[in-house]
Amino acid sequence: MRYRSRRGIPGFRLSLGLTVSFLSLMVLLPMLSIVILSSGLGPRGFWEAVSDPRVLAGYRVSFLCSLIAASLNSVFGLILAWVLVRYRFPGRRFIDGLIELPFALPTAVTGIALATLYSDKGWFGKPLAALGLRAAYSETGIILALTFITIPFVVRAVQPVLEQLDRSYEEAGRMLGASPPQIFRRVIFPEITPALLTGFGLSFARALGEYGSVVFIAGNMPFRTEIAPLLIMIKLEQFNYMEATAVALVMLAASFLIMFGINCIQSRASSFVRG
Amino acid sequence: MYVNLEHISKRFDGFQAVREVSFGIRRGRLAALLGPSGSGKTTILRMIAGLEDPDSGDIRIDGLRVNDIEPSRRGIGFVFQNYALFRYMTVFDNIAFGLTIKKEKPGRIRERVGELLQLIGMSGLEKRYPAQLSGGQKQRVAFARALAPNPRLLLLDEPFAAIDAKVRRELRAWLREMIRSLGLTSIFVTHDQDEAIEVADEIIVTNQGRVEQMGSSLELYQSPATPFVVEFIGASTPVPEISALKGFDGTPPGAGGAVRPEFVSVYAPDEQVQYAHTEEAIVRSIAFRGDSLELGLTLKGLPLTAAYSLARAPLAVGDAVRLLIRHLYLFDGGQVRLLQNSAYGNGPSENFYSI
Ligand SMILES: Nc1ncnc2c1ncn2[C@@H]1O[C@H](COP(=O)(O)OP(=O)(O)OP(=O)(O)O)[C@@H](O)[C@H]1O
Ligand SMILES: [Mg+2]
Repeated sequence: MRYRSRRGIPGFRLSLGLTVSFLSLMVLLPMLSIVILSSGLGPRGFWEAVSDPRVLAGYRVSFLCSLIAASLNSVFGLILAWVLVRYRFPGRRFIDGLIELPFALPTAVTGIALATLYSDKGWFGKPLAALGLRAAYSETGIILALTFITIPFVVRAVQPVLEQLDRSYEEAGRMLGASPPQIFRRVIFPEITPALLTGFGLSFARALGEYGSVVFIAGNMPFRTEIAPLLIMIKLEQFNYMEATAVALVMLAASFLIMFGINCIQSRASSFVRG
Repeated sequence: MYVNLEHISKRFDGFQAVREVSFGIRRGRLAALLGPSGSGKTTILRMIAGLEDPDSGDIRIDGLRVNDIEPSRRGIGFVFQNYALFRYMTVFDNIAFGLTIKKEKPGRIRERVGELLQLIGMSGLEKRYPAQLSGGQKQRVAFARALAPNPRLLLLDEPFAAIDAKVRRELRAWLREMIRSLGLTSIFVTHDQDEAIEVADEIIVTNQGRVEQMGSSLELYQSPATPFVVEFIGASTPVPEISALKGFDGTPPGAGGAVRPEFVSVYAPDEQVQYAHTEEAIVRSIAFRGDSLELGLTLKGLPLTAAYSLARAPLAVGDAVRLLIRHLYLFDGGQVRLLQNSAYGNGPSENFYSI
């Protein structure tokens, strides 16, 4: 089998070599160290570490909340990107500048700010509590924090695609009688799907790994609002490195599978355009 | 008139893109909007389609004022300059788009799309995506997609601009035949005069947001209404001072105009000339133009172009020849007048095109 570059750009061997070395150093090597470290447990110990009910509950909370946060951001991030690209209004640049803020803020600050707002005595928490809803110290709180810190991904992935999208596609739909919702669903949405999937995948992955902001608002009740990264931290603090890396390894494998799946769907979605 | 524009104007934030444009097109005719870049062709086309609203004026199709009618209800098929094929849909789905929006029955859609695929000679390619088509094929799919809902008027914005020169000639002929055989009233935009002449029944010449003249290519060529049309259609060389030329001494001083190559008769040095009013000129270049020679000449410092028959006495670069400017266009305000050399006596000549 011969490996060839799709587009015939020269320097394929060199660039592939660089890619592989870079990925090995920055990604594979650290992961390998996790595998080696956790292998000290032996198969049996490993299984016990990762199938502990408290750990399983942690996985459930982490994956579920990250999924919901990434989905929320896919919807609202898309709307946000749409508004920023398609409308001209005073304060547009200001809002555009705000988008990256969740990245710039230390995550602990985010966590404390959210906890203050949503605690039973906070601005939002108080009216919510009056309605019998509990935001902070519940799964809702975790989702809030994860949504907040992953806002930029979908917006920034979709925005350039929307900006580049030629208006004539919409006009062609309009001339053929399509209503605005039909144009969005049948003409625009397929164009932005690959970018939307990228944004979703990035949000999801980032949310899975988030620790700093969540611990302040989650309440960290075992089996209920304890996220997997926190469990890892707890084990590390007890100098239980092997079990900590075992838990981490399962998370890594699961996220890799999910990201791989998203990439597959995405490359299928954009294959029509490449021809 | 089937399609009628009456005093249409359009401004884009402070820029007057279209000024007081009026014209009419008869049913079944194929008209070209021809003009230089930025002259408002696309804007006029988009206003007819309803993709842009005119600031003033009326647009009528088949007698009905359509200004306030939704684009999709005007019965118009539109072919975009970049074709705007939906990239994530197959050829079939692209062509079927307008029909599925209208909620036609699937059987009926399949039948109509099959018919159109046959018409554009692309049966068997319906499962392809636009990225897998050549430029010419994309154009034909865009054409079929616009035709699918049976429009009564077809608008095409620079339909050949994105196609390389070789395929373009073929497609031009194809599109003209196709539109003629369907009897569909059509307007297409172009900035290429050869294209307009070859494809269109009538040409509407635009310049700086105005219509300069409308007519068949022969009309535009033989009786141009404005100096712009003289310069834009066919070949001509400008003459800044007409009264300096022999035989036109009666023209008021300062008046300018233009000369077409076929308005100039060239006589070899030893040839007998029956007319007075010939002038001496030097041959600067000789180019072969298929059926005749094109001579580049200078007359008292004024560069001129003239056609010269292959059957006449051969000339060489540097020869001093005699020439007679039989006619020229006088630019008089925004108007154009055809003047005749006084060597022919006074009074207008009708058959000035015969040599
Ligand atoms: N949406 C718009 N906003 C502002 N100005 C515009 C807009 N559309 C067109 N114009 C201006 O109006 C003028 C006419 O544009 P138009 O596209 O109709 O020209 P055209 O004759 O089609 O030119 P071309 O041959 O380059 O396509 C141009 O000067 C253009 O800059
Ligand atoms: Mg144009």
